[in-house]
Amino acid sequence: MTNEIIISGFGGQGVMAIGKTITEAGMKEGMEVSWLPSYGPEMRGGTANCSVVLSDEPIVSPIVLEPTELIAMNLPSLLKFESVVKPGGTIFVNSSVVDQKVQRTDVKAVYVDCIKIADELGNSKVANMVMLGAYIEAMKNLSTDTIKEMLVHMFTGPKAKLVDLNIEALKRGAACVK
Amino acid sequence: MQKELWKGNEAIAEAAIRAGCKYFFGYPITPQTEVPEYLSLRLPEIGGCFLQAESEVAAINMVYGAAGCGVRVMTSSSSPGISLKQEGITYLCGAELPCVIINVMRGGPGLGTIQPAQGDYYQATRGGGNGDYRTPVLAPANVQEAADFVRLAFDIADQYRNPVMVLADGMIGQMMEAVEWGEMEKRNLPAKDWATTGTKCEREHNIINSLYIKPEVCAEHNEHLERKYKALEENEVRYEEVNTDGCEVLFAAYGTTSRICRAAMKMLADEGIKAGLFRPITLWPYPYDALKKCASQDSIKAVVDVEMSLGQMMDDVKIALEGAKPISFIGKAGGIVPTPRDVADAAKKALGR
Amino acid sequence: MAIVYQKSKGLTDKELHYCPGCTHGIAHKLVAETLEELGVIGTTIGVAPVGCSVFAYDYFACDMHEAAHGRAPAVATGIKRVSPEGTTVFTYQGDGDLAAIGTAEIVHAAMRGEKITTIFINNAIYGMTGGQMAPTTLVGQKATTCPLGRSKEHYGEPIRMCEMLSTINGCVYAERVCVTDMGNLNKAKKAIKKAFELQQQGAGFTFVEILAACPTNWGKSPVKAVEWLKENMIPYFPLGVYKDITAEVK
Repeated sequence: MTNEIIISGFGGQGVMAIGKTITEAGMKEGMEVSWLPSYGPEMRGGTANCSVVLSDEPIVSPIVLEPTELIAMNLPSLLKFESVVKPGGTIFVNSSVVDQKVQRTDVKAVYVDCIKIADELGNSKVANMVMLGAYIEAMKNLSTDTIKEMLVHMFTGPKAKLVDLNIEALKRGAACVK
Repeated sequence: MQKELWKGNEAIAEAAIRAGCKYFFGYPITPQTEVPEYLSLRLPEIGGCFLQAESEVAAINMVYGAAGCGVRVMTSSSSPGISLKQEGITYLCGAELPCVIINVMRGGPGLGTIQPAQGDYYQATRGGGNGDYRTPVLAPANVQEAADFVRLAFDIADQYRNPVMVLADGMIGQMMEAVEWGEMEKRNLPAKDWATTGTKCEREHNIINSLYIKPEVCAEHNEHLERKYKALEENEVRYEEVNTDGCEVLFAAYGTTSRICRAAMKMLADEGIKAGLFRPITLWPYPYDALKKCASQDSIKAVVDVEMSLGQMMDDVKIALEGAKPISFIGKAGGIVPTPRDVADAAKKALGR
Repeated sequence: MAIVYQKSKGLTDKELHYCPGCTHGIAHKLVAETLEELGVIGTTIGVAPVGCSVFAYDYFACDMHEAAHGRAPAVATGIKRVSPEGTTVFTYQGDGDLAAIGTAEIVHAAMRGEKITTIFINNAIYGMTGGQMAPTTLVGQKATTCPLGRSKEHYGEPIRMCEMLSTINGCVYAERVCVTDMGNLNKAKKAIKKAFELQQQGAGFTFVEILAACPTNWGKSPVKAVEWLKENMIPYFPLGVYKDITAEVK
């Protein structure tokens, strides 16, 4: 089983963080993993993306040309990558900012109102965690407990209160998957 | 052993610290900047020194000064910056100073692009500086190897009193993969009694120098260096063979492109074609004999050289094969990574299918 | 019989290769005597340049590095930053090395307040390569690459390193001296000693510029060369202390 994921959006939307979280969770669950970012001037205000591979066998190439899943946090990302998603794959759309629907019929589409939900939780910064929650719920390739463990590790001291907020964001995202 | 997720550049930096390197002199350049960034925080913590120099030229000369004092020292850069370091590298070789130089390659020539490339192969293996000198070059294909080879590079450098280069590319530098920090094999390394540590007025002064003004003496120095390079050729050649037994087509590729070849090999296997990979790990000394032996199998009908440059390693593949097998080339330069499909198609074309 | 004078222990027994009337020998002696008087020969690492004093590594008795052309301040930085506390580090550089090809290195070593001492030999000419124009060659002065004399329009006017470096905060001491007579020689010795002492105190970058004669490439006898230096170089490169943080404190 191999998941090849492209996560794409504007700089500042936390796309690299979504990718890193999926990658680290995969590693903790014993999978072979790789995370490859786009880098350079395009990161400054433009669209940034990263490629993540999770696999039960050694990863030959970290470059993802035909993703099994696409997480599109903005419209340019959907327009750029929709056509290369593998048939039968899944496209996750941040419907807070993307007002178009997925055109293809041979892939599954999941719409997540990331920003609205994050705002309801009182912190727009967790919009990416809402999306991550939807991804995990839909793909069932990673355990939420692994992510929770990582969050506890990541947010310590005065930041410890962010753990519950992020877990709530994951749950709300998961609820968007029907 | 616990696996940790590391970004290539940061793994390179951490590996240097674990190799006992406390000193780094460098200059920012994409896509290697995480190396100096990481070390700027960590080296002061361990009582070392990180210094951002005014240029790559200055940085490599600071490395010269530091290496001459007998400490483990590293610099890192990317292609255009490595061009600037060439002066220092030839002086380091001439003065026989051990150090580690990281090149996280990007597209060239000139400013080129910041995306991954392998266009510095000639510069790394033939040398961009003046004179008859060699630098061992280790080419990692993943983050684990990047970490391992940095540590190995320090040992080779100290053993042979020579700079050693770790040649990665933007992809290896920027990507994250799992790393295990295992123990490295311990080498018996010679004492650095040549280092300038102050005479304490107890010994003759030590001189760090690459000037041998009398041609006879300079010739002798060159012969001494040559004997050292021969020893490196005998003892330090490294390579990997994947799926080569009974393969029809053999890829020759290093670093990132070797991974693309492995993806292409899977595609070819699905189409009933058995493809193998010969991956040089040391680009100098190049595994000529091993490649020749590997390619000499009767089953191999064609050898395909794959690069993110335009045929630079072809020279070494040709030297190794001595015309024994047909060699074809597929590659892209300037920051484009060839796709597995491109590579698989090139193999089929080479086989006449 | 009482010994009234002997060669400094800071110098080796190697025979100097310098031309008659050249200032390098005196400058070497002053540096070597200073190291000896401060008792630091055994804990000093020097850096020799490319130029006429390229073999300085053979002459100084302390540990030495030979640097690439102009890079001595960078090499010295590497040495200083990795050596035990109390290590004395100096560079010995000529005008082509320091004020042309190595301008960036010297300026940034000064900027960082690198705790090293630079002895700068300014003889307004390239000596080793045989009399080419230096960045400090005077307007109108002939050299093999400006055979009609340095043209201001073509090359601008010579660079004054003491003045320039003294504007940098990290430079704590900068003095220009000459060694044309005993009075000036004593002043030069004092300047060099002060520079090394300030380094030992960890004050910052210290710099002593020595105006030097090059009879061979100036095409003059040693005596005439000294006269020419006094008449032509000193007016453009005035002697004196350009920076002394200890004086400012007073």
